[in-house]
Amino acid sequence: MRRLRTPLSDADVGSLRVGDRVLLSGVLLAARDAAHLRFADALAGGERLPVDLEGQVLYYVGPSPARPGEVIGSAGPTTASRMDRFTPALLALGLKATIGKGGRSPEVVEAMRRHRAVYFGAVGGTGALLSRRIRAAEVVAYEDLGPEAVRRLVVEDFPVIVVNDVEGRDLFQEEKARYRRLPD
Amino acid sequence: MRDLHVDEITRAVRDLCIRAATELPREVLDALDRAIAGEESPLAVEVLEQLKANAALARQTGLPLCQDTGMAVVFAELGQDCHVVGGDFDRAIHEGVRRGTREGFLRPSIVESPLRRVNTGDNTPAVIHLHLVPGDRLKLTVVAKGFGCENMSALRMLTPADGITGIRRFVVETVEQAGGNPCPPLVVGIGVGGTFDYCAYLAKRAVFRPLGSAHPDPRTAGLERELLQAINATGIGPQAVGGRTTALAVHVETHPGHIASLPVAVNLQCHSHRYQEAVL
Repeated sequence: MRRLRTPLSDADVGSLRVGDRVLLSGVLLAARDAAHLRFADALAGGERLPVDLEGQVLYYVGPSPARPGEVIGSAGPTTASRMDRFTPALLALGLKATIGKGGRSPEVVEAMRRHRAVYFGAVGGTGALLSRRIRAAEVVAYEDLGPEAVRRLVVEDFPVIVVNDVEGRDLFQEEKARYRRLPD
Repeated sequence: MRDLHVDEITRAVRDLCIRAATELPREVLDALDRAIAGEESPLAVEVLEQLKANAALARQTGLPLCQDTGMAVVFAELGQDCHVVGGDFDRAIHEGVRRGTREGFLRPSIVESPLRRVNTGDNTPAVIHLHLVPGDRLKLTVVAKGFGCENMSALRMLTPADGITGIRRFVVETVEQAGGNPCPPLVVGIGVGGTFDYCAYLAKRAVFRPLGSAHPDPRTAGLERELLQAINATGIGPQAVGGRTTALAVHVETHPGHIASLPVAVNLQCHSHRYQEAVL
């Protein structure tokens, strides 16, 4: 088990390998579908993004509302592949890692190899458990998007696993092959 | 004829929405235990254990099991001798969803138009399937349908010549293409026969049969067993980390079909198999 503090350096992500279990502490930026569409519009219009992605970790999550006295509601990962088409451009801006569930496209895996970044998997459908690792949450952009607004999350020992590393390896493909019993 | 006030319907739907979002049915917890016992992959066992821990925490704290508290799908079986009074039936259900979402701190995940995409803010409207049945009661089943899995569902109009082999190929292909996106281990609901629209409806109904129950027709039950075995031989495993448990159950529902066609719909359901029922 590795412990890493965000923001992540090239050395941090370069030392990670497929299957490594990591506990992340520090800031994660939360963004999903609607926020990514706005990021793309901003970049197409030559504007700056509302958040600086240099060294940052993007968590694909749209949390449920916080109950009184709590910082956030349930907050597990959403499907990462819906963000695939936007990811290479964000990696080019210095984004060092993303967190989601499900696999990434070959284009994203290649872009991560080129820009030295990793994709972490969190366990989908464990939003209650994962919310307990989030110490603070605030909306930092696109508040009108409600659950899809961009949030700054402060986490402590947030559990993830390396699915794609800087060498372009893929945990899901490797493990699937190991347990496959179907004739091709 | 028995009168049933719409306020009772609203109250019931509110409660069912909150319970569905926070309480994983016993049958799912039992299926997870069986999966753990049969797993070969240590990583898969770890994931399955986390699903159980998450369910325990959600039940204990009232936090939603998953941040995607779903689109509300309501199956209503209305007795022919039950008279709904005091207002509009559909509106009473939507109002129940609205209150459940607000009072249960569930996530509003519905956009008012799929083209304009502005969030309605209260998770309404629900999708309602209404059936008239004998009797004077109203049975409500409220499903919190997550969309990571709904997105990976598929329908194909096969032809009679494609046969069982074609069905098997399409189902396994759908599950393989979905990979980890729909949050395996899955409940796979399959509709076969009927029309384009009815086939998809059958697949949804199939998902919500008692978990792991066999179809009464032996031929269909045999297909369910064969498909479950094939899906669990893909190696995808829980959350795609590899393993023996890609699906917890496969349910097939059939309907008479046209001589020209063999429609097949595959509705994928995540491990967070959330639904609750009440009879009014």
